[in-house]
Amino acid sequence: MKPGLRLKSLTPDAPLVEVQFGGEALMLPEGDNLAAALLAAGIDGFRQTPYQGVARAPYCMMGICFDCLLEVDGVSQQSCMVQVRAGMDLRPARQRREGPYASL
Amino acid sequence: MDADFAIVGGGIVGLSVALGLLDAGQGVVVLDGSDADPKASRGNFGLIWLQGKGVHQPRYARWSKESADLWPGFAARLKETSGVDVGLRQDGGLDLHFNDDSLADAVTEHEALQAELGAEYPFEVLTPETLSIEEPEVGPKVAAAILHHGDGHVDPLALIKALSAAVVARGGRIIGATAVTDVAARGAADAGFRLTCADGAEIQAAKVVLAAGLGSAQLGPGLGFAAPLRPERGQILITEKLPPLIRRPSLIARQDRAGGIQIGATNEDVGMDRRVTLDGMAKLAAEAVDAYPVLARAQVLRAWGALRVMSPDGLPIYQESPTCPGAFLISCHSGVTLAAVHAMSLPSWLLRRDSAPDLEVFGETRFAA
Amino acid sequence: MHRFDLAIVGAGPAGMAAAREAAEAGLKVALVDEQPRAGGQIYRNVGQAAQTYGAQLGKEYLRGVPLVEGIDHEAITHFSGHSVWAIEKGQLALNSPDGARQIGARCVLLATGAIERPMPVPGWTLPGVMGAGAAQIMLKQSGLAVENAVLVGSGPLLHLVAVQLLRAGAPPVALVETRQRRDSRRALLMWRLMLRAGRYIQRSLADLNELRNAGVPRHMACADVALLGERRVDTVSFSSGGRRQELSCDAALLHHGVVPHVQASRAAGVPHIWSDKIQAHVPVCDSWGRTEVPRVWVAGDGAWIGGARAAELSGRIAGLAIAHDLGFVHSPERDRRTSGWIEERDFELSLRPLIEKAFPPYAAALAPADNVTVCRCEEISAGEVRQAVRDGATGINHVKVSTRAGMGRCQGRMCAAALARIVVRESDAKIDEIGTLNARPPIKPVTLGALAGMRREAEGSEDD
Ligand SMILES: Cc1cc2nc3c(=O)[nH]c(=O)nc-3n(C[C@H](O)[C@H](O)[C@H](O)COP(=O)(O)OP(=O)(O)OC[C@H]3O[C@@H](n4cnc5c(N)ncnc54)[C@H](O)[C@@H]3O)c2cc1C
Ligand SMILES: Cc1cc2nc3c(=O)[nH]c(=O)nc-3n(C[C@H](O)[C@H](O)[C@H](O)COP(=O)(O)OP(=O)(O)OC[C@H]3O[C@@H](n4cnc5c(N)ncnc54)[C@H](O)[C@@H]3O)c2cc1C
Ligand code: FES
Repeated sequence: MKPGLRLKSLTPDAPLVEVQFGGEALMLPEGDNLAAALLAAGIDGFRQTPYQGVARAPYCMMGICFDCLLEVDGVSQQSCMVQVRAGMDLRPARQRREGPYASL
Repeated sequence: MDADFAIVGGGIVGLSVALGLLDAGQGVVVLDGSDADPKASRGNFGLIWLQGKGVHQPRYARWSKESADLWPGFAARLKETSGVDVGLRQDGGLDLHFNDDSLADAVTEHEALQAELGAEYPFEVLTPETLSIEEPEVGPKVAAAILHHGDGHVDPLALIKALSAAVVARGGRIIGATAVTDVAARGAADAGFRLTCADGAEIQAAKVVLAAGLGSAQLGPGLGFAAPLRPERGQILITEKLPPLIRRPSLIARQDRAGGIQIGATNEDVGMDRRVTLDGMAKLAAEAVDAYPVLARAQVLRAWGALRVMSPDGLPIYQESPTCPGAFLISCHSGVTLAAVHAMSLPSWLLRRDSAPDLEVFGETRFAA
Repeated sequence: MHRFDLAIVGAGPAGMAAAREAAEAGLKVALVDEQPRAGGQIYRNVGQAAQTYGAQLGKEYLRGVPLVEGIDHEAITHFSGHSVWAIEKGQLALNSPDGARQIGARCVLLATGAIERPMPVPGWTLPGVMGAGAAQIMLKQSGLAVENAVLVGSGPLLHLVAVQLLRAGAPPVALVETRQRRDSRRALLMWRLMLRAGRYIQRSLADLNELRNAGVPRHMACADVALLGERRVDTVSFSSGGRRQELSCDAALLHHGVVPHVQASRAAGVPHIWSDKIQAHVPVCDSWGRTEVPRVWVAGDGAWIGGARAAELSGRIAGLAIAHDLGFVHSPERDRRTSGWIEERDFELSLRPLIEKAFPPYAAALAPADNVTVCRCEEISAGEVRQAVRDGATGINHVKVSTRAGMGRCQGRMCAAALARIVVRESDAKIDEIGTLNARPPIKPVTLGALAGMRREAEGSEDD
């Protein structure tokens, strides 16, 4: 299986911080754009569509399309509009929201 | 003649009546206005609701009850005829109360209705303990709830779609994007009616039903109706799709089939203004979060405002024109609840059959006093 | 509630220039942008990136530096990271990770810029398919260059992004250009304009040269574009010169022009009309940027596509005109100071027809084939939309309620134009007869908790 997007980085390595993505630890550059950082980490399943249940990944990177949707600490958000912080709890946005509701 | 019945207005009311008339063997044409008109049928909350209906008019309580009882069969028939599932769920609805005083007032009303209707009005009061089992996401600010077993809800947009498709499938004609500008009796008694449309087209029909929502207020007087209808704005919010959180609909929120939570609705007297307001949205949100605290983290996806079609006493109007027999005015502010009875019982009244329901109290003479 | 004379939505060239002019004229200005840093689309992140990889992005990009510096002014409050989700008489509702809040403003200027024209082609929902502008945003904002990409579509930005990727060391696989030979011929007929546009044409030719020298293939007059792949895109398929071709890739970057981002102006109640020239709805405004809604103004690419320089100038003009309307500047001074700007802006705008002719949108993506998804949110295909029209839907909002297209999270930003075109063609109506999708607040997501918090705040202040 091919990896996700291949991205070449031009910036000096920013300090990495740990976040959780779907329950697994991931190191991302602090303060970077979350969607871009995840793409660079090889992730390309951000949002799952409500009917066909297929994965989507960022399309516009400017807050228009909502395909980069993630649950960030229990609230669904456009990850292209969020910056990486240490300790974020991230999950792909499922057909129906999970987050704090998952146990119900 | 183009049809036995011309129906002005292709909202829930007009289409339900059209379907019923088609079932009764009548030829029907529905003329519906523009996409830009106010359309309560596209913006409502989708409840089939009996609680508190008809406190001052038991006939209204019975009429609503009759409709609620007909709904399961009606939904099944709609599915069969149109292929569209309206998503009926009818296992009770809740009226949440934040304090004991408002609860006590409501209970008094419900008891009065029960005295009138007996077993036909099955309600109970849920204490916080029972609520925590029946509706686990209801929060601690809720003092108690009234559960009425006949209440339920449907997907309002699916309802409109199902009704339109069923009318067409049964041989009715729907002409959209055509505002009727004039309806006139064609001379001699029983010669029928001529309807003129904005684009100049004319339709002839033996009988005519005004079911144009707020538009009936303009067309009504020309046919001898008072049609004292006024708009009342309701704002509604809808959230992203969430896992099942709300089992039974309440007057504050309901969860639709796809998982979205609809929150509504305000009651505002602001004329024809359909906008949403910061105040209105914030008020709805605050109440929803008070009732179901888990919703605080849900994103609101959209909000809209729609206009209720209100008569002075809030009751439906069923009136045949005193001056132009064969012209009828039909209007109500609970068109979803009453859709079943409009399709299955009202046509016999329009056709003056022996089986016609007694709708005397809903006539316009009540406004004369 | 904080109160300002002027609240500006959008800190791109238009918003930044307007803020500066208004502040200089003595207005108290709020400059709100959902991005963490000022710059807008063209100058995104320029304050940070100029030092590190500004060179790869080019001279044009660096022109943003003085604009960003200009908003460092005591009369300007920059609300970065705040999205505006409602505009109501005299107030703006903002949302940020810290919650929702309102600010008061005597005037509002919407400088919300452009978005890339959505390009619904088969496979455009696959991961690995992005806007070319989106790839550029990653480059400017995160210093990340998309490797092994095929750029598909039409427009100067397509070439620019290709060059920027090349310079960043990530040469694209190829360009698949959808413009037809007649498009370039039509543009050539506008030779007078071409002479005037010399500066832009030179730059564009230089870009193309750079691509050629680097050996990046350009496929011209392409049609039948489809993006293929199982879970993510791995192939771009198209026909060109009578041949079907396939290119393997790791990413497909789509672009066929930009259109005004009008969600905010629509939700604010500003009337919009369809423009055949830019193939999109545009807000109606006068030459200062004043709309028909009292105290609501528009500037920049959100008002009319004119490019970065025109955006900056229209921002300056609106900033000073608002200062005038609020009584801070007399008419003679306004007129004296704006006359040069107006002339230059009108010059910039006069060049646009050249771009419109030379780089028309990809026709097959304007009213896509039946099997193409048009509404990405609710997963509705063009065929379903056509069926709804055949079933009697008469306007665009009717289509919306009967198919759910346009009802998802993006509120129709991605599908409105395609829906409109399909309805027009299918029902033989005119575009101004079918209506526009209703746009209402919240135009950006806000949680019920944040909304409820606003209510509590309001009640709290009533008690005071
Ligand atoms: C916010 C809100 C919440 C509601 N919640 C509920 C609920 O939970 N349960 C419930 O039972 N009811 C509810 N209702 C009420 C319900 O929606 C209405 O009773 C019902 O939709 C009325 O339908 P109608 O067909 O009379 O009117 P409309 O839906 O308004 O339709 C009228 C139609 O007539 C057309 N028209 C107007 N003038 C002309 C003309 N001159 N020529 C041709 N056509 C014309 C219009 O274009 C329109 O399509 C709610 C209403 C609102 C606003
Ligand atoms: C993806 C993309 C890339 C582009 N790249 C180039 C380029 O490299 N070169 C070029 O010449 N042109 C480019 N353009 C064209 C561009 O539109 C103009 O050059 C220029 O940026 C327009 O300036 P503006 O001030 O009108 O808007 P913009 O620069 O687009 O600024 C608008 C700002 O408004 C903000 N905004 C919008 N809505 C809200 C809201 N609801 N709440 C808060 N903030 C909001 C946005 O975050 C944005 O920062 C690009 C366009 C796009 C869409
Ligand atoms: S990628 Fe489109 S909204 Fe984030």
